[in-house]
Amino acid sequence: MNIILVLIPVALLLGGIGLAAFLWALKSGQFEDLDGAAERILIEDDDAPDRTEGTD
Amino acid sequence: MNSPAHAPHTGDVAADPAPASVETAVLVIPSVHCAGCISRIERSLLQLTGVETARVNLSARQATVRWDPAVTTIDRLIAALEAEGFDARPLAEADPSVKLEADHGRQLLKALAVAGFAAGNVMLLSVSVWSGAEAATRDLLHWISALIALPAVVYAGRPFFGSAWHALTHRRLNMDVPISLAVILAAAMSLFETVTGGQHAYFDASVMLLFFLLSGRCLDHMMRRRARSAVTGLIGLKATSAIVVDDAGGHITTPISKISAGMQVLVPAGDRVATDGVIVEGHSDLDRSLITGEAVPEHVGPGSSIEAGTINISGPLTIEVTANGDDTVLAEIVSLMNAAEQGRARYVRLADRAARIYAPLVHIAALVTFLGWLWWSGDWHVSLLTAIAVLIITCPCALGLAVPAVHVVASGRLFGQGVLVKDGSALERLAEVDMVVFDKTGTLTTGKPNLVAMDPMSSDDLAIAAGLARLSSHPLAHAVDDALTARGIEPVKMEDVVEHPGYGMAAMHNGQTVRLGSPEWCRVSEDDAAQETPGSQLCLQLGSRPARKFTLEDALREDAAQAVAQLRRRGLRTVLLSGDLAPAVKQVARQVGIDEFHGRWKPQDKAAFIRSHQNTGRNILMVGDGLNDAPALGTAHVSMAPSNACDITGTAAGLVFLGSRLQVVPDAIATAAAARRLVRQNFAFAAAYNLVAVPIAVVGLASPLVAAIAMSASSLVVTANALRLQWRPIAATTNQMRNVNGRSKP
Repeated sequence: MNIILVLIPVALLLGGIGLAAFLWALKSGQFEDLDGAAERILIEDDDAPDRTEGTD
Repeated sequence: MNSPAHAPHTGDVAADPAPASVETAVLVIPSVHCAGCISRIERSLLQLTGVETARVNLSARQATVRWDPAVTTIDRLIAALEAEGFDARPLAEADPSVKLEADHGRQLLKALAVAGFAAGNVMLLSVSVWSGAEAATRDLLHWISALIALPAVVYAGRPFFGSAWHALTHRRLNMDVPISLAVILAAAMSLFETVTGGQHAYFDASVMLLFFLLSGRCLDHMMRRRARSAVTGLIGLKATSAIVVDDAGGHITTPISKISAGMQVLVPAGDRVATDGVIVEGHSDLDRSLITGEAVPEHVGPGSSIEAGTINISGPLTIEVTANGDDTVLAEIVSLMNAAEQGRARYVRLADRAARIYAPLVHIAALVTFLGWLWWSGDWHVSLLTAIAVLIITCPCALGLAVPAVHVVASGRLFGQGVLVKDGSALERLAEVDMVVFDKTGTLTTGKPNLVAMDPMSSDDLAIAAGLARLSSHPLAHAVDDALTARGIEPVKMEDVVEHPGYGMAAMHNGQTVRLGSPEWCRVSEDDAAQETPGSQLCLQLGSRPARKFTLEDALREDAAQAVAQLRRRGLRTVLLSGDLAPAVKQVARQVGIDEFHGRWKPQDKAAFIRSHQNTGRNILMVGDGLNDAPALGTAHVSMAPSNACDITGTAAGLVFLGSRLQVVPDAIATAAAARRLVRQNFAFAAAYNLVAVPIAVVGLASPLVAAIAMSASSLVVTANALRLQWRPIAATTNQMRNVNGRSKP
């Protein structure tokens, strides 16, 4: 039964890490633009390797 | 040339080194919707000199730009976006409600996260208790639960406690009162049980309640935010500065607040007029559609009066200011609208109406349980425990989710069809509508002139007309140009072109004077001009030959007649109210199939008409776009505006629709009706749940395990029921309509 003395703190710690990560994400604005991130992956980077015409 | 306009901004940063003189502006861009839009917008902004960063937020349809006011101006940023085909307007930073809303949303999410964390961990401990932990272990687990749950209840419960306290101090009951009571009592009783080594602790119930209820709140908030960011805060309509002509003839850009009656102000062609006034110098055409609803630009010259909010189309005007700020016609209409909207605030939402019945019932049931047990057993401890169990199990968890879950799904569906719903109350009201009032210009019609008829002309003549029309800035000329281009007419190159603002274009062609302009200017005989036909005319005169006429009309939206027919089939009465001339109104009414119509009505008349009908018990949906509709939109039970409506109108309307189809009006009503049906089903389910659960609690069988299962199950059922709306056809009752519509896929 003593195992719960270890397991409960471990569970709380893991949950706490999750909570902290969520609050950090919220604070750093990751929920501000939920749709944008999904679309942005389709945009070509400006610093992408130079594609000269005809090679594509 | 723009520096005077931004003197207040640049003044205090001039002393700082260059990097400090950066401003952040938020531009609202309603039409951004894909990756292509994002990159085009960001690129076009970053290409401008003076722009440091530009980032599009797709969810909010905004772009945040950091720019150097010493190098560029916000007008240039907007012009760059318009060149790319995006309408952009600066978000009024001063609008505190926008920031407040965002803060509130973040608070809710934080509370939800904390409640979720606590609910998960406490439930973990509770399962151990339920599976038969012995006395000492059980007490330990209870203590740990208390340590997690109590701070979580205090933190995550604040939105409910605050609202409940507010309601109680105003001697009202809302849904938050039984919620707060249940959560607080459950936590307090569980703490007492823990301290005294009791068997039952309801910590899991109290945090789980908060978690479910906060989910409902977050959904509700998300929906409002999605619509709001695209609709509100767009207060760009009022010009913020004007060009004052001083005694020496110099031009000074002056903030609108510093302009007083008697000053002379220059209004360049294409600008919005900032103040009411009388024209001193210049001729032009004035687009009064926002104020009066008239689609056809009006010719104005010295002596004509001119209102703030109108657009000067063709020539520069110098006006003498007669009224400014709060005295202008524009400000008057806005105050009319604000007054009208206050009446609407009295509307009580479905959930609150339910709460008014539900809350007293629950409290009475708990009290009766307590007294009954006290009388029967004489043990106040057991009596109190049972009474609190009743409160917990009847806590309106399902009710709290019943409405927002349905509304989020419904508004998500409407969003997909291009309709933005500002809040759930607009949806509820839309479902109650039994009469629809339309505006004409810009609502039933597109608000843009279209060539409908012309005198017989040779293709050479048409080519000349096209050549002249292409060079004009007048909307009628644009329409002629578009129509002729569509017919494959190649415009002729003209020489010595002169634009006479308010009259038309003149030029030389093959040695003779040619003119394209108003009938009077092209010397159309009085008899001809007197034939009052709806629509407006543009004439082409070649040398001394008699003028030829182009007749232009404001074109109907493509599916206007069909949408009106659908509304009538739903049994809704339809009315057309317009500020435009009676013959034009009559014609449109006949084309779309509306029997009841009124023309030449002022904004006050429209609002009065709606008020008088609502007093007889009608629920009116007003669909309008112009500033002259704003008071009527504010008065009506619920209102819709197209997204190209003026800003104030968009703010007044409960729903805003994108695109050119009017079909969305009956569709939105059908969706709202379907949503109302689901909400009622959810309420019915919640009632049925209580009929089963309350007796169990009253006889004292509601252990923490039973409470946890009952609450989760009811919440899940309600949410699942709401999701059905996502996959249903628009509404079962509109099936026939969809067949008529012909658009539905086989």
